[in-house]
Amino acid sequence: MNTELTSAVLYLDDVSVSFDGFKALNALSFVVKHGEMRAIIGPNGAGKTTMMDVITGKTRPDVGTLLFDGSHDLTKLDEASIAQLGIGRKFQRPTVFESHTVRDNILLSLSGVRSVFTTLFSVTTKDERERIERLLERVKLSDAADRLAAELSHGQKQWLEIGMLLAQDPSLLLVDEPVAGMTDAETVQTATLLREIAKDHSVVVVEHDMSFVRDLDVMVTVLHEGSVLAEGSLDRVSADERVIDVYLGR
Amino acid sequence: MITKRLFEFTGLPGLLMLLALLVLAVYVPYANLVLEKGSAFHLDTSAVVLLGKYLCFAILALSIDLVWGYCGILSLGHGAFFALGGYAMGMHLMREIGTRGVYGDPILPDFMVFLNWEELPWFWYGFDQFWFAMVMVVLAPGSLAFVFGALAFRSRVTGVYLSIITQALTFALMLAFFRNEMGFGGNNGLTDFKDVLGFDLQAQSTRIGLYLLSILALIAAYVVCRLIVLSRLGKVLIAVRDAESRTRFIGYRVEHYKLFVWTVSAMMAGVAGALYVPQVGIINPGEFAPANSIEAVIWVAVGGRGTLVGAVIGGIGVNMGKSYFTGAIPELWLFALGGLFVFVTLFLPKGILGLLSNLKRKRAASEPDGPGTEPVKERA
Ligand SMILES: Nc1ncnc2c1ncn2[C@@H]1O[C@H](COP(=O)(O)OP(=O)(O)OP(=O)(O)O)[C@@H](O)[C@H]1O
Ligand SMILES: [Mg+2]
Repeated sequence: MNTELTSAVLYLDDVSVSFDGFKALNALSFVVKHGEMRAIIGPNGAGKTTMMDVITGKTRPDVGTLLFDGSHDLTKLDEASIAQLGIGRKFQRPTVFESHTVRDNILLSLSGVRSVFTTLFSVTTKDERERIERLLERVKLSDAADRLAAELSHGQKQWLEIGMLLAQDPSLLLVDEPVAGMTDAETVQTATLLREIAKDHSVVVVEHDMSFVRDLDVMVTVLHEGSVLAEGSLDRVSADERVIDVYLGR
Repeated sequence: MITKRLFEFTGLPGLLMLLALLVLAVYVPYANLVLEKGSAFHLDTSAVVLLGKYLCFAILALSIDLVWGYCGILSLGHGAFFALGGYAMGMHLMREIGTRGVYGDPILPDFMVFLNWEELPWFWYGFDQFWFAMVMVVLAPGSLAFVFGALAFRSRVTGVYLSIITQALTFALMLAFFRNEMGFGGNNGLTDFKDVLGFDLQAQSTRIGLYLLSILALIAAYVVCRLIVLSRLGKVLIAVRDAESRTRFIGYRVEHYKLFVWTVSAMMAGVAGALYVPQVGIINPGEFAPANSIEAVIWVAVGGRGTLVGAVIGGIGVNMGKSYFTGAIPELWLFALGGLFVFVTLFLPKGILGLLSNLKRKRAASEPDGPGTEPVKERA
């Protein structure tokens, strides 16, 4: 366990969360290595989003160990500290700052200034402006830079949120259902983008879309009733009887 | 160049408002001091005082808009900060009376002599100094807001719950200030002021001076608000208003941002109260009444939340309406106010200012290929 502890970017051991007696996470253990991209699948209510809530400090686990980078105990930190450590998150329902422009959404997400008085007096630097333009290009929103985020299509909002995630420059990205509501073409583009991002980040992607997961071509973890049901390549887990029973077969 | 920078800073509504305030700053003293009494354009001193009062209300409205319009914190207790600033000023004015009081005590204000108090309570120390009182005008409401906000925001009290406890705060203060033992004059409050810095408060020139100071303070408050909302911090505030938890997951410590803007806003309300008291000549616990705070929120809603200029328009406009109504048909005022609020909530969610900018947008959109065909972004 010690080598795992030090080499893993994310280490969950025996994590349980219950809501009014219902176990959303049930002794979940799960490790993501540095630089790895991991796909998570599982039926509705399996606990995928809850797992992300626990990692990002939104929900506190009842029991269990939660380590980031081998040394940071995430159960002791609040959302802001966890984000500042380098864990970024994209939500299942895209949440962007609707009354800000696309550019300002990215600006606010840029890693760097976070405290009250530095933001009060901060002036956007040339370097920041260039970073923003590069990010906008990367998520294909350069043309929409000055539009309000509220005016974007659903797919564009998803991409904006990925852009915001990249702007934070986290070492671990948690991406919850990034292609929900996207067209097939957009889905393919998103897979390409995520594979590119995974080259220099650790990424955990939750998704129901099997062709998308196949495109990602990474190790898959199947969650069911709050714990890991199977783990391996997509081909291997899709051949697993139990996985077919609870998820794929339906 | 400078005008262009100024325009970028204020936007069109802001610039028009500043111009209007400058015109008022010149015209009102002129109409009061220079124009003959018989002239149709002559302004009575009482009208000047009334205008000065509205200006103070406009500052209060700005302070509410800063927290409500930009950070989503609906305060139903801002009257408390206004009143605290007013009391700090009133305490100085009380001590300025000196031996000219009814009982002629050089140190103790009349009400303390009347209550047979032997000496000045410790919290009245220092208020004989003008500078000390001015510091307390911002420090008293500021520190109360800081402590209250630190507790409330850290425990993540939001929405209706927060509004209710702000209301409870002002109500509790009202009950406390009503008590004689508190040492703030009980239900009579503080009054019978004579002068400030040697200027007779009844003198026409002092009245004009206070009026001009109110305009200046309103402009300063507007500039401070504008500096805040245009900064990156201002963008964070709007982000908090629209998606609080998202802001946290990006790494901003939301409670610090709320605490900052909340405290600044309370101080601003305190300044408004301090300017209000010498103009109306009295401060009493009635200023803490929950209804006052609610009324102030209505001004902002009517003028247009999250626009600053709208808050000023609402603060002045609604109070002009109130003066008219309470003079002409007093029993109808509360109905009119309530009706106005319902009307605005239902039909003008962005207030008067929102209506104006909508009209502008429609006109721009109907001009084919005009420069204004792109939807205008609310820079507010
Ligand atoms: N705050 C909460 N209070 C009560 N129950 C909750 C809460 N959050 C999640 N749950 C429950 O926990 C279970 C797991 O939910 P979760 O959102 O993690 O599922 P999921 O795997 O993300 O599902 P989906 O694929 O539908 O997004 C569900 O049964 C859900 O109803
Ligand atoms: Mg989910």
